[in-house]
Amino acid sequence: MSDQIKDLNPAKECRAMGKSIKRREDARFVQGRGTYVDDIELPKMLHMAIVHSPYAHALIKGIDTAEALKVPGVKAIITAKDLAGFNLDWIPTLAGDKQMVLATDRVMYQYQEVAAVFAETRAQAVDAAQLVEVDYEPLEVVADPFKAREDKVILRTDREKKTNHIFNWNVGDREATDKALAEAEVRVKQKAYYPRVHASPLEPCAIVADMNTATGRLTLYLTSQAPHAHRTVVSLVTGIPESNIRIVSPDIGGGFGNKVPVYPGYVCAAAGTIVLGVPVKWVATRTESMTTDSFARDFHMEAEIGATKEGKVTALKVTTVADHGAFDAAADPSKYPAGLFSICTGSYDFPTAFTEVDAYYTNKTPGGVAYRCSFRVTEASYMIERAMDTAARELNMDPAEFRFKNFIQKEQFPYNSPLGWTYDSGDYETTFKVALEKVGYEELRKEQAEKRAKGEIMGIGISTFTEIVGAGPSKDFDILGIKMFDGAEIRIHPTGSVIVRAGTKSQGQGHETTWAQIVAEELGLDVDKILVEEGDTDTAPYGLGTYASRSTPTAGGALALGARRIREKAKRIAAHLLEVSADDIEWEDYKFQIKGVPSKSVTTQDCAFAAYTNPAPGDEPGLETTYYYDPPNLTFPHGAYICVVDIDKSTGEVKVRRFVAIDDCGTIINPMIVEGQVHGGLAEGFAMAFMQEIVYDEEGNHLNTNYTDYLIPTAYEVPKFETGNTVTPSPHHPIGAKGVGESPTVGSPAAYVNAVIDALSPYGVSEIDMPISREKVFSKLRAAGVEAF
Amino acid sequence: MEITLNVNGQEHKVDVEPRTLLVYALRENCGLKGAHVGCDSSSCGVCTVVLDGKIPVKSCTMFAVQAEGHEITTIEGLGGGANLHPLQKAFHEQHGLQCGYCTPAMIMSSYALLQHNPDPSEDDIRRGLSGNLCRCTGYMNIVKAVQQAAADMRQPAEAAD
Ligand code: FES
Ligand code: FES
Repeated sequence: MSDQIKDLNPAKECRAMGKSIKRREDARFVQGRGTYVDDIELPKMLHMAIVHSPYAHALIKGIDTAEALKVPGVKAIITAKDLAGFNLDWIPTLAGDKQMVLATDRVMYQYQEVAAVFAETRAQAVDAAQLVEVDYEPLEVVADPFKAREDKVILRTDREKKTNHIFNWNVGDREATDKALAEAEVRVKQKAYYPRVHASPLEPCAIVADMNTATGRLTLYLTSQAPHAHRTVVSLVTGIPESNIRIVSPDIGGGFGNKVPVYPGYVCAAAGTIVLGVPVKWVATRTESMTTDSFARDFHMEAEIGATKEGKVTALKVTTVADHGAFDAAADPSKYPAGLFSICTGSYDFPTAFTEVDAYYTNKTPGGVAYRCSFRVTEASYMIERAMDTAARELNMDPAEFRFKNFIQKEQFPYNSPLGWTYDSGDYETTFKVALEKVGYEELRKEQAEKRAKGEIMGIGISTFTEIVGAGPSKDFDILGIKMFDGAEIRIHPTGSVIVRAGTKSQGQGHETTWAQIVAEELGLDVDKILVEEGDTDTAPYGLGTYASRSTPTAGGALALGARRIREKAKRIAAHLLEVSADDIEWEDYKFQIKGVPSKSVTTQDCAFAAYTNPAPGDEPGLETTYYYDPPNLTFPHGAYICVVDIDKSTGEVKVRRFVAIDDCGTIINPMIVEGQVHGGLAEGFAMAFMQEIVYDEEGNHLNTNYTDYLIPTAYEVPKFETGNTVTPSPHHPIGAKGVGESPTVGSPAAYVNAVIDALSPYGVSEIDMPISREKVFSKLRAAGVEAF
Repeated sequence: MEITLNVNGQEHKVDVEPRTLLVYALRENCGLKGAHVGCDSSSCGVCTVVLDGKIPVKSCTMFAVQAEGHEITTIEGLGGGANLHPLQKAFHEQHGLQCGYCTPAMIMSSYALLQHNPDPSEDDIRRGLSGNLCRCTGYMNIVKAVQQAAADMRQPAEAAD
């Protein structure tokens, strides 16, 4: 349980909400009986393997499959030419660009998919893939967005516009911001690179594609965070009527945004089953996953803060160069090519601000996805929290004091930010105070001063971030034109048990438990009698899926309001059973009772039985509903994170001594699950701060294609976390919840990095980019003349 | 080639290629899907099973033929239904899993760890599980689960209630 829950709006005692109910999905997982895509085997199923390009940029002069076709068990090999016959050689990306499924006349990045082999066994398919001969003519490689910007080599020859520039997106008042900066008493600049990373769920992307040639139905078992959106895309791309496509997203071994896009491997497997008439399985190897899945981040940012001498911020400007790789396959809502990056004013009351992002093509894997992130909020939070620390240092102020001076105040909510958002609610001061107290901030600063006097290196890093999640209201948010509402269906059976279905798709978030808790609370039913099902497009109502911390803000709202609609009908049934008019019935203590007469009451379960056996006259029998919830606004969770590090001056090793995380995600459905999400996100934040980075060389060679070089922290590296919560409900959400899965990944990297810089600042160090390796710290120390011993 | 694998106390006659990895033999020939595959460099540990009652092995680093003559225990052999092993129970009770992909292997590694060290410190557990990645939990609750299970296994009578 969270050590500390400071409820700022204490609610009444609940039946299911706010309780740490143990997860109902666990039983199958602890017995090894989950069903992931690779666990699915169908009769006559073939296996697919992919041929990848060794070059980052080259023309394809020819492809020879003769030898490969001789391998026993091989049934077919397809290239872009074959796909062109079905109009599947290119597919649209989520960002409105297009991307090759298999390389047409050229390859645009290393490991790009060139051909697909279908064979009876996995091994035969892999053997044959190695025998496919491809004749390449290498072209000049552009692996750097700043080089791409020069437009000396144009990468996308297929596009009308002969430039590598993809877009400029800007928001805010450029002139007013420049003026405010020019007039500012203090101006502070901060550069930061958010490295390219891979989300790396442990289950790689996979598909079993099954075309039933007798019925014409295409079933795709898919590692999909958004099954309905994928069904629509598959229909649009293939021309198969949507009713003839069924997408089943079974158990998913982690997603983190990685399983939002439609990948070439999926399309090849689908094409394979359509052509061959038998099921096809493709499971990405880790190398394929590392090299061809959408990356995340890769933002080169520069911020400038203007402030008064007393430390009041007056303006913020942030400019970014974004590397999108070979195709613009960023997964963002249509109107927001740089996602929600304009949340970059964070928790602070900037009177004026401006931000712009310029994106470029390079010869690298396309992307990017929102890795445990609500569309670039991770980059934005990192930037502002780093810049706030730097500004405090320049002003010679304590970073905590500087933040208190500039927080948006509780009374200012709903707060209109200078970059156009309306923050729903927050209490930044209280949350920060809880964190400072828990960590013992003052004593730590004293300890630090003493250590510094002795030449020991210790740092304290702060991040008081604001998130923006729950995309989103249909007036602003769509992906490929599909509005980002979400649906939920609730069916109450005659005996009072329930099946709940939603358009979201858990990948570990625990919806089978939390969705049941919401419905149980609203209808006074037992959690254990509520079965939650997601991921099958034949049965679940439409919804845009689970990513960007959107499930609770969207589907959570649909569930609560759907349950309330059911309660309205049940109330009429209750009136019928109690022989009074519905106006005389009240919902009290999870029962329908005659107003003021608790002894005359019936439960939802009683009403459910009556709905099928003794319906209210004039009312439709049955008790079920489907509710589509279009949220009126986004939600704005926030948190205060404090990290304490000790640095070994001889080796450069950074030890995270403590990490205190106080989150405010509004109403909490299940504290145990919230805490688990926070632990996981803090660990991924740690991973980005200290270990993970995708590296390419100048020739576009991908240098860390597996977990031997792309470092994922183990139990041994990940520090211990001290968590807690404050609760500021969202005023517009039906149950006041805001979403939490990503806050810790968004908020923590800056805390880790700020701690390291705070530690090194006496030596004149003000910059260090993630991942902070021992070598980087070691060299900074040596460059500053610090003796190793 | 035909080989016999002894898995969870049962003999499985399976026809595999010499190069078939144990993890694929278990999954595809024996139909035991609890061991997963997460990498191709022996790094992630989601394929971990236990050999001869106490040796944790990444079943992707061993050929199926090499496992002949050994007793193999997979998650499916540890406990199930009403008879969950204390580790399975503890992972559930301490919320030591989220997506579940690493879980069977995490439990099998923990099982082997507790065979060698029935009363591990937190540091022992973190070191002992450092061959197993988890992307979801941040490991905090996994450590707690192993501690709970260790205590339960040392006092089976108390754990029974
Ligand atoms: S599959 Fe990754 S270690 Fe075996
Ligand atoms: S629970 Fe998802 S990887 Fe461990």
